[in-house]
Amino acid sequence: MLSTIQPPRCLSRIAVRGRTKSRSLHILSSAQSVTSASLIDHSQILSIRDSLLSRHLSAVQLTHSYLDRLKQTEPQIKSFLHVSDPDKVLKQAHEIDEKIKRNEEVGPLAGVLVAVKDNICTADMPSTGGSRILEGYRPPFDATAVKRLKNLGAIVVGKTNLDEFGMGSTTEASAFKVTANPWDLSRVPGGSSGGSAAAVSARQCVVSLGSDTGGSVRQPASFCGVVGLKPTYGRVSRFGLMAYASSLDVIGCLGSSVADTGILLHAISGHDTLDATSSKREVPDFTSQFTSASSLESRPLEGLRVGLIRETVDGGVDSGVKSAIQSAAAHLEQLGCILKEVSLPSFSLGLPAYYILASSESSSNLSRYDGVRYGSQASSDELNSLYKESRAKGFGPEVKMRILMGTYALSAGYYDAYYKRAQQVRTIIRKSFKAALDENDILISPAAPSAAYKIGEKKNDPLAMYAGDIMTVNVNMAGLPALVLPCGFVEGGAVGLPVGLQIIGAAFDEEKLLKVGHIFEQTLQGYNFVPPLDADGVFA
Amino acid sequence: MMASTLFRTIQIHPFLLYPTTLFRRRNGALYCTMKSTQTQTATQEKQQPSKVKVSQHTQSKTLDKIKRDYEAVIGIETHVQLSTLTKAFCSCPYNYGSQPNTSICPICMGLPGALPVLNSKVIEFAVKLGLALNCKLSLNSKFDRKQYFYPDLPKGYQISQFDIPIATGGYIDLDLPLEFGGGHRKFGITRVHMEEDAGKLLHSGNEDYSQVDLNRAGVPLLEIVSEPDMRTGIEAAEYAAELQRVVRYLGISNGNMQEGSLRCDVNVSIRPVGQLEFGTKVEIKNLNSFSSINRAIDFEISRQVLFHSQGQSDQIVQETRLWEEGAQKTVTMRKKEGLSDYRYFPEPDLPEVILSQVFVDSIHNSLPELPEMKRRRYEKMGLSMQDVLFLANDMNVAEYFDATISSGADIKLAANWIMGDIAAYMKNEKLSINEIKLTPQELVELIASIKGGTISGKIGKEILFELLAKGGTVKGLIEEKDLVQIADPIEIGKMVDKVLSENPKQLGQYRGGKTKLQGFFAGQVMKLSKGKANPGLLNKILLEKLNAES
Repeated sequence: MLSTIQPPRCLSRIAVRGRTKSRSLHILSSAQSVTSASLIDHSQILSIRDSLLSRHLSAVQLTHSYLDRLKQTEPQIKSFLHVSDPDKVLKQAHEIDEKIKRNEEVGPLAGVLVAVKDNICTADMPSTGGSRILEGYRPPFDATAVKRLKNLGAIVVGKTNLDEFGMGSTTEASAFKVTANPWDLSRVPGGSSGGSAAAVSARQCVVSLGSDTGGSVRQPASFCGVVGLKPTYGRVSRFGLMAYASSLDVIGCLGSSVADTGILLHAISGHDTLDATSSKREVPDFTSQFTSASSLESRPLEGLRVGLIRETVDGGVDSGVKSAIQSAAAHLEQLGCILKEVSLPSFSLGLPAYYILASSESSSNLSRYDGVRYGSQASSDELNSLYKESRAKGFGPEVKMRILMGTYALSAGYYDAYYKRAQQVRTIIRKSFKAALDENDILISPAAPSAAYKIGEKKNDPLAMYAGDIMTVNVNMAGLPALVLPCGFVEGGAVGLPVGLQIIGAAFDEEKLLKVGHIFEQTLQGYNFVPPLDADGVFA
Repeated sequence: MMASTLFRTIQIHPFLLYPTTLFRRRNGALYCTMKSTQTQTATQEKQQPSKVKVSQHTQSKTLDKIKRDYEAVIGIETHVQLSTLTKAFCSCPYNYGSQPNTSICPICMGLPGALPVLNSKVIEFAVKLGLALNCKLSLNSKFDRKQYFYPDLPKGYQISQFDIPIATGGYIDLDLPLEFGGGHRKFGITRVHMEEDAGKLLHSGNEDYSQVDLNRAGVPLLEIVSEPDMRTGIEAAEYAAELQRVVRYLGISNGNMQEGSLRCDVNVSIRPVGQLEFGTKVEIKNLNSFSSINRAIDFEISRQVLFHSQGQSDQIVQETRLWEEGAQKTVTMRKKEGLSDYRYFPEPDLPEVILSQVFVDSIHNSLPELPEMKRRRYEKMGLSMQDVLFLANDMNVAEYFDATISSGADIKLAANWIMGDIAAYMKNEKLSINEIKLTPQELVELIASIKGGTISGKIGKEILFELLAKGGTVKGLIEEKDLVQIADPIEIGKMVDKVLSENPKQLGQYRGGKTKLQGFFAGQVMKLSKGKANPGLLNKILLEKLNAES
């Protein structure tokens, strides 16, 4: 079946190796402009829409191809904690086909299969947050982001694996399974949105929703070679997202192209009366900024001021990652950007302050999992032991550690030294980003200090794992938007491991990030960021 | 007299009829000396004869003397449930007494992923109360999480306000009822803050389980913390009663103590008179009426004074005690091991609460006349404090009275009608003033009809009860029942003639010097007129005729 269906185009190209040519970057000159390339080439969502509306393909056919792919690859990748009943998914696809047949309007995401991180509530589908304590829990409501996607015609294909309640950077802290990196099955997909990133990377779905508290969308996007977008805090409603650290949590988008993440972001953005922290700012049409490669000027980003954050390419960063980022920076320069290094002196403070604030908030947010009203309840004949047993059995070790840290940091006598100080650091970080973004249009950095590492490699070394979040946590502390897109490879696995470039923008300036990312993506030549899994889902 | 019957929730006990305290101000601090504990104990013995040991009586006699050496320091934390249409952070309605768990949603159940969104009415009500209590408002405040585990607390934390409450540093004015010694008091308000209520645990009678009802979870509360300014149970009870009046006047709560819409936790400590430091404080809970506030505090003062006087002040420990209504005493509920750590931190799910001066001003301008202002106005109108308190204590009575006098009724007459026959009728029929059929306008008409001589006072009283029960208009009733006073001298003269001619024997006696019989003749004429004869005119004509032919 796969061979007979063209779009999802990526599926027909999966045998292509990651690195097709040399490491050197191929910059488009005006003479070389790719006339055949259009926006659709870079967007699965637009290409699906085009196929459906032109009657080239039916939603049922498209859905079949993804479901088959999912079925083939899932035993190796293990992205999902729950896969929707195929009959139900196909029924929704069929309804879209019927509408199209009757020439009725279909939503802009009609027939788009979306995978949803399992800490985002989906009505009448399991939503466990990757935790035993919510095993079997089915929420009575959809998260606002999910509801908006469904209203636009998207089909939820399943719930993806994650580190328990989003606490982790490898998805190994899931209570249920370990997800593999589609580029090398012995490696982690990153985390905590590892399932969502792996599912997009392995083309088990078109796009996916993740959540990002300290880098949980961006780091797995980098590890899996997909595009990850962390919106500005408040851009997307958090209603229905199981809270980890409320002041840092955002729902983010993962896709195989910048355009797809932009379209997905547009679909889920905007004020929600159910989330008091959601912004009332108008949501621009992010895709209106997109220019197809054919109409790009030679230096389409002429004059754009780009600041490479010095502290992110210092020591402690993998040399391969560093050179990939430097190449990406050079590529941006060739696109017309004015590149300079900027220093964020507070950068190193971000990590400890983040772990204090996130743990503090999580110790409070996770209090509701007490076994009284929902989720798993230990059998006990006394209240205190009901609490203790339910939580002892329900939470994994990483979650327990963070609850302990957070409880400690908020305790009388320690509050000022930890929580309050971390808040002060947060203010400093916010100010230093503001200053850097006053002088620069965007800031760039690696998304992670290394590419994907081996499963189990850092499992018993939490500090090493926490240190891996250094590139991303500051952005959450400042509440800024950031886009991660694949920009190169490092040695590793069979064909190399993808490296993500992080582009950070001013608050609510996702539009600029997406525009830059879109141009970068279209002009970056010589790379294919589709993992070399063969049609049967077996590693090539 | 009527004041005590309408003084709703405080039950009147004989001992309360005596002034129990003497106050004198010294260096700005309030000192008081306890008296008449003996009467109090006597009352308690009367109420609970089987439970009070005889020895306690003699003990109390000495205690009475000892108590003069000590001063009680009382502070009150009050939780007022706001009568918003929906809960504080979700759109569930709240109705007292509805079936368990019928007014709940993912938000007030604390389901994963649910978020609170503040009901703006809560802020409006908080600002109203803050202003009414003469507080300074925080234009920038915030919510915090107060964390503890309990099955009635769905999120594992209560959304409250910690270090920046919405209102601080106010005061409340009140006038003690005359039967409690009277006098004006001003008690400090430390703070007012917004928070959410928890659910309720329903403990099974015989079984060993409890059930959780979350209907009340998330209902908005204002917590009002007083300064430790009160010195007696009566002052504390009156503070609570005044707070109830204020919230009712403001329309922000029904203030009903039985339903738990107004809950008071009282802190009591004692110290030797003259000592500046506070003693160890004890918190008392389960106070379901103003009367129990009063009695629980007085019990607690006695208990603590006794320990002090016996050199056992170390027996007074910081603890929470429960008032037992049946036994009329406080018992230990839980001893506090130091301060509990609620690990407060700013609620990240809610933005800061920012009030604009324009908003505050608009609320300020829309405040109704509050009890204190009403009392002062009534006082200036020349009413006695007894009347003032009666009329101002109940907002609806005050409104009724105001409507009556604004329609031109004589102030004193209107007050007397309301406090007298109308109040008696309400009491007998167990009706509130809003439920009686007599409108203020008809009361005005009634008063005017009597004053103007259209009907007699006696007839007035008669038709009052008809108006109270059935409604209608004064004019209509007068016409319908032909009750217009007879003020025609010729007609009255005819009636007098008739009575005189029908009672020749008495007439003879009168004229023989037994002039007391005038009353007899007047009564007969009035009877003949069916009570309608103008009494003045009747007597004048009667006298003329009685004395004419002598």
